[in-house]
Amino acid sequence: MSLAMKARTRRSMGRVLLYIGLSIGAVFAGFPVLWMLSSSFKSNAKIFAFPPRLVDGSFSLSAYFAVLADPVKIGYFVNSYVVAICVVIITLVISLLAAYVFSRYDFRFKSVIRVVIIGVQAVPPITLLIPFFGIMVGLGLYNTYQGLVLTYVVFTLPYAIIMMTAYLDSLPRELDEAARVDGAGSMAVLWRVLVPVSVPGMVSVGLYTFMISWNEYLFALTLTQTDDKRTVPVGIQLLMGQNNYLWNEVMAMSILGSIPVLVLFLIFQRYFIGGLAAGAVKS
Amino acid sequence: MTLPLHQITTAPPRRGSRVRAFEPYLLIAPTVLLVVGLMVVPIVIVIGYSLFDNVVTNQNPQFVGIANYLKVLADPNFWNAVENTLVFTVLSVVVHMVIGVGFALMLNSKLVHALPRAIFRAIYILPWIFTASVVAVLWRLLLDPSGVINYVLTTIGVLHQAVPWLATPATALISVTAINIWSGYPFFMISLLAGLQGVPADLYEAARVDGAGLIRQFFSVTIPALKPIIFSMALLDLLWTTQQFTLIWATTGGGPINHTEVVSTYTYKLAFNSYQFSMASTSAVVILVASLVVAVFYVRQQKKASQS
Repeated sequence: MSLAMKARTRRSMGRVLLYIGLSIGAVFAGFPVLWMLSSSFKSNAKIFAFPPRLVDGSFSLSAYFAVLADPVKIGYFVNSYVVAICVVIITLVISLLAAYVFSRYDFRFKSVIRVVIIGVQAVPPITLLIPFFGIMVGLGLYNTYQGLVLTYVVFTLPYAIIMMTAYLDSLPRELDEAARVDGAGSMAVLWRVLVPVSVPGMVSVGLYTFMISWNEYLFALTLTQTDDKRTVPVGIQLLMGQNNYLWNEVMAMSILGSIPVLVLFLIFQRYFIGGLAAGAVKS
Repeated sequence: MTLPLHQITTAPPRRGSRVRAFEPYLLIAPTVLLVVGLMVVPIVIVIGYSLFDNVVTNQNPQFVGIANYLKVLADPNFWNAVENTLVFTVLSVVVHMVIGVGFALMLNSKLVHALPRAIFRAIYILPWIFTASVVAVLWRLLLDPSGVINYVLTTIGVLHQAVPWLATPATALISVTAINIWSGYPFFMISLLAGLQGVPADLYEAARVDGAGLIRQFFSVTIPALKPIIFSMALLDLLWTTQQFTLIWATTGGGPINHTEVVSTYTYKLAFNSYQFSMASTSAVVILVASLVVAVFYVRQQKKASQS
């Protein structure tokens, strides 16, 4: 056998091994998700049928209809959307103002505030839970949207500011100076000059903020009490806690609850990965 | 037209500069207000709670100094939770790293064609889409005694009979750790993929010219290049995994008989199941201190990485 042929067989051997490895990984990563999907289409009686089948005769959308026809469960989704959207808007506005200051101004306490903002990210949620409970009850915000929104804004703000500041730092200062020469005030510089060119940074911050709010469980569990304020992650657990497990409905609701993040991910993939990687490497 | 003297002295340009000097404080005010009011103040409150007895539930709390700390540090349940948290965290971080590096390397290989690469990458990122609450119910279904994992293991003969993985003391902790591994590795993988694409191709070329095989290239080119990313990811993961609450709460609730109790579920139960808010606050402060130690390492690592 010639040397070139030997090299070619080694390459194709390597390729076959690689595809085997990739497929094993894909089963590990994907099978649980596939099983969730398949279980959401089964009748509840067939969930643990022996032997298990990915698709069986009971295939139907009835679990989805059951979830979507229940006003309480629809309410969980409405609550999750209301809270997450409010948090995204508020966090974006506040973090833009803060990032603008950090990126374009020098003032006393700047470095102190910066260190505090970076530092509070390390505070474990469980440490804040007990005082938050007391504060929210004290402010009359227990079991309200406002209480949850305020909580998630505080949780998302530090990283949002760090990401936004890094983004604004990457924009040339000549942009604002040109606008200043034309007589624009600071707010005009921010909103009319910097914001329009900061859309990618804002998308990354918005996605991060939406995901944190949409997925949060511990504070949603502790700071809300009634079904009309519960969010989806808590709602899924409540559905699980009922006496007879309605596995197909739990799975259908899990999938419906994951769709917003999935859709956002598919649309904004590069922002997600950009933001994630930047956060991991730079923050 | 005459103007009073004091109006003349505050001429427009100076007024403008004074407003401008005030501006940054105005713009940063919402941030400072929120971070102080809902981060700094709560931390002060929780430290205060930990130094008193009968807080929240009682009208007249008694100052007890460090007595609560001595009580928590003498509680075998606390140390059991610490031990479980360490096992859970160290296993999770190490396997996240191994799977993350492995998947990233396979996806980055030149031997894989573009379309399969895109498909595999999408599948590998999937677990990351799902929140802990969903991951928990999904794995409760998979790991059920009559569930599909037990079916497969008994059918191929690995097990003689189905195991209730999450309800058996011997397997519960390892099971929740496996669940956490599944849900957490994509974050590693994504960052490493970004890192791998930054490794200059001529480094591999040079190694190959020097006669280095694939394994040699991996250890002397890939790993050194990725070291800063791997190290900071591991510290971040350490920080997050020690704080994990939802996944454990929603799968085992810390059971069976405390076998999966971690520091966050231990603290939560003290506060909201047995209303011992002083003890819960004490445990919460201990967790805070431990987290800050890890965070300091993380910041140091970041500084070192940005200097080199």
